[in-house]
Amino acid sequence: MSIAENQVAAGRGSARAVAILSSLGRFLVIAVTTYLGLLAVTFFIGRVIPIDPVLAVLGDRAPTAVVERTRREMGLDLPWIEQFYLYVKAALRGDFGTSVLTTNPVMSDIRRVFPATIELATLGTLIGAVIGVPLGVLAAVRRGSLIDQIARIIGLIGYSVPIFWLGLLGLVLFYAKLQWVAFPARLDVVYEYTFTPITGFYLLDSAMQGQWDVFYDAYRHIILPAALLGYFALAYISRMTRSFMLNELAQEYIVAARAKGLSETRIIWGHALRNAAVPMVTVIALSYASLLEGSVLTETVFSWPGIGLYITNSLTNADMNAVLGGTIIIGSVFIAINLLSDLLYRLLDPRTKVG
Amino acid sequence: MSDTLLEVDDLRVTFPTRTGLVQAVRGVSFSLGRERLGIVGESGSGKSQTGRAIMGLTPPQAEVSAKKLAFGGIELLSISSRQRRSLRGNRIAMILQDPKYSLDPVMTIGRQIVETLRTHEKVSKADARERALAMLQAVQIRDPARVFDLYPHEVSGGMGQRAMIAMMLITGPELMIADEPTSALDVTVQLDVLKILDKLVAERGMGLIFISHDLRLVSSFCDRVVVMYAGKVVEQIKASELRDAQHPYTRGLLNCMPRIGFERHPLPVLDRKPEWAA
Amino acid sequence: MSAEAIQSRREWLLSDRPASRVQARLGRAYVAWRRFSANRLALVGLLIILALMVVAALAGVLAPYSATVGDLKNARLLAPSAEHWFGTDDLGRDIYSRIVYGSRWTLYVVILVAIIAAPIGLLVGTVAGYAGGWTDTILMRITDIFLAFPKLVLALAFVAALGPGIENAVLAIAITSWPPYARIARAETLTVRNSDYIKAVQLMGASSFRIVLRHIMPLCISSLIIRVTLDMAGIILTAAGLGFLGLGAQPPLPEWGAMIASGRRFILDQWWVAAAPGAAILIVSLGFNLLGDGLRDALDPRSGDQ
Repeated sequence: MSIAENQVAAGRGSARAVAILSSLGRFLVIAVTTYLGLLAVTFFIGRVIPIDPVLAVLGDRAPTAVVERTRREMGLDLPWIEQFYLYVKAALRGDFGTSVLTTNPVMSDIRRVFPATIELATLGTLIGAVIGVPLGVLAAVRRGSLIDQIARIIGLIGYSVPIFWLGLLGLVLFYAKLQWVAFPARLDVVYEYTFTPITGFYLLDSAMQGQWDVFYDAYRHIILPAALLGYFALAYISRMTRSFMLNELAQEYIVAARAKGLSETRIIWGHALRNAAVPMVTVIALSYASLLEGSVLTETVFSWPGIGLYITNSLTNADMNAVLGGTIIIGSVFIAINLLSDLLYRLLDPRTKVG
Repeated sequence: MSDTLLEVDDLRVTFPTRTGLVQAVRGVSFSLGRERLGIVGESGSGKSQTGRAIMGLTPPQAEVSAKKLAFGGIELLSISSRQRRSLRGNRIAMILQDPKYSLDPVMTIGRQIVETLRTHEKVSKADARERALAMLQAVQIRDPARVFDLYPHEVSGGMGQRAMIAMMLITGPELMIADEPTSALDVTVQLDVLKILDKLVAERGMGLIFISHDLRLVSSFCDRVVVMYAGKVVEQIKASELRDAQHPYTRGLLNCMPRIGFERHPLPVLDRKPEWAA
Repeated sequence: MSAEAIQSRREWLLSDRPASRVQARLGRAYVAWRRFSANRLALVGLLIILALMVVAALAGVLAPYSATVGDLKNARLLAPSAEHWFGTDDLGRDIYSRIVYGSRWTLYVVILVAIIAAPIGLLVGTVAGYAGGWTDTILMRITDIFLAFPKLVLALAFVAALGPGIENAVLAIAITSWPPYARIARAETLTVRNSDYIKAVQLMGASSFRIVLRHIMPLCISSLIIRVTLDMAGIILTAAGLGFLGLGAQPPLPEWGAMIASGRRFILDQWWVAAAPGAAILIVSLGFNLLGDGLRDALDPRSGDQ
């Protein structure tokens, strides 16, 4: 053996560090180009498609003086490339202009509404992962059994049903008929004025302040939309878990684990799922990102004052600055989650390849 | 304890497929003492399924039957799956072909070895680590403490297979089934690994079933050879008497082996007659 | 036809040595069909899609009432009955008739999106894969950028700029849905790019344009069809979502998503106004999903059980 073998193995530790560094570099390049791409597309939507971007931003009832001032502020007399440069610079500062509807800077509006969306999407992903992962594991282990069929049907419907419609039906059943949940909003009107949020996550804030009546009220408002988003996450997560698990269970190391005399429980949860967990991180992150996006429809149905509702309200009022600002923010978070999950994947997998 | 470690009589393994039942193993019988028995055959001859049937690792849809399948006097097919499991990795162990796939890629080698031990014996974490390190030493890994914390992809194939042997021998099993333990390795390390395996088997007085397609390897390494063809045993013979093998299939396999200094034209073709499988 | 004739026809189809290209193609189609039709759920999916097409084609015959003009005086918000199977909406229109006519808009959207997005993806993917080098890097970077965007939100922004309407919704969905097709086409191209028969065509002096068009694109078609079919449900859901937000089809078009939106106001008392169009969307999406799964298993056995 194998001094050579030992040396090679020792060298691999630092090789791994190099691999992680170089993938970090690649990661930065991808992050920057993707973000520029997002800004280019929104620039195109906001400045190129409309015949008069000023009217698109201000609406056609603005006085002439304001129109002229805005035209100069937006730099519309400059060449495209310079306009784009200014646009990117402003966007990087978080300056997306002023909302016509609320008359606030778009960024401060978004900062106000974003926690509501995060709270909803986080709870939804939690529900989806906590139920979806075990369901997918069981479906893979007992392939073809009743539970596999049920998981399959849940998945198929999840991929086929319009989320806003299911939300409406949920309201009819759980709010109007059964009265299990509260009406569409974030809190009862009573609490709107007595409760001062800290982080903007109402469940967290009320628990931190020991206001359990507020917590319960917030829970009654959030549970139905969160369960709805959770169902969609569950459909995706359970389906992917099943397929990853089937892949892992067919590997030789599972046979070896059985040959060692391990229990099936230990083999499934300790070995197969540990291996499947690496790609699962990506799946859960992606489902979180897609729930952020799905919030546009869900928040509209449940009058949930998050970024989705902000965008749709702005849409109906032709408030282009707000729409594009919201799009860029959701897009940025979406891109960030995508890239971070990719990075996390590389960090979690001990097999991360050199180069 | 009697000298017979394992008794196999009329072992059959049947797989249901879309086109009907397929018998992978069709009435295999042999017995094994504390010796090294080689099972030789082409791929598809049922040699691996024989080994897995003894381990109790046939896929759930397959059906295993035998007049007798006894290990140390225990009738393996009539005990519960829980009892079967407590034998596996404890008194009967198995080495698989390719350490690249048969070691869990996201668990360190040390943890995988300790896991076998702690599944079958109540030992403290520190003791388990000590014994795992000693076992790594026994399979001639120079720097056990470092290899202990490595992941499988960080070691070479030869070292991986040593780790596999360590993982399977740590509980001191009486019977070891080695399913093509060296065919995925570099030719240069094959012999090293075989020597280690041979030494440990001899030292601990274990029985060994060595499954391989390589007749020469088996004949040089084992005491006795079972030749399988199409799920059946066509010949059982002492390794030293292999030159005098009677069955035409065995002779055919022997003829295929290249020898230095002999003209090999035309290359011999292995004869396969349906009546041997009947 | 006698049993013998059927038998010999099957043999002809499954022949190892087809005598003509037609025979070979029919034989392969037959094998794929046998694999597809063994999957009962896939057949259900196919049936749903066929039914959708029939309904769309015969909407004029199947719908007892007008889709756009209702009876405001006597028939507002009626519950489902023998006369109005799914009830009526706030403008006194028969919901069943509107759903029947709405099937046309659903087909319109999915077909148009497929016709726009699939060729874009095919072109980008095959060119990137065949050209390699910088062309490949740049085209794929653009593809990845689009792939990393939130589709629905981007489509929303597009429609906001273009103005609401079903054509703009189609355009917006198409713009956001081509990247996966480019990825697939590129992957397929890479597998054949260096094969001997492409080399042979190159030696015969065929232009790159001709090679991509005649020899590479046809090979990408089957995996592309599978992917497009699997995406149909997503397209329908996005279009319905845009309709629901008032950005897709405009009144009085009987588009299902917009119908749900108009039923939203009465959801607590007259639930049927929103219930029926949503169920229609669910069934059609389910049909496309089942069909897509079945096609994938039949045409692309490699992907197995994913």
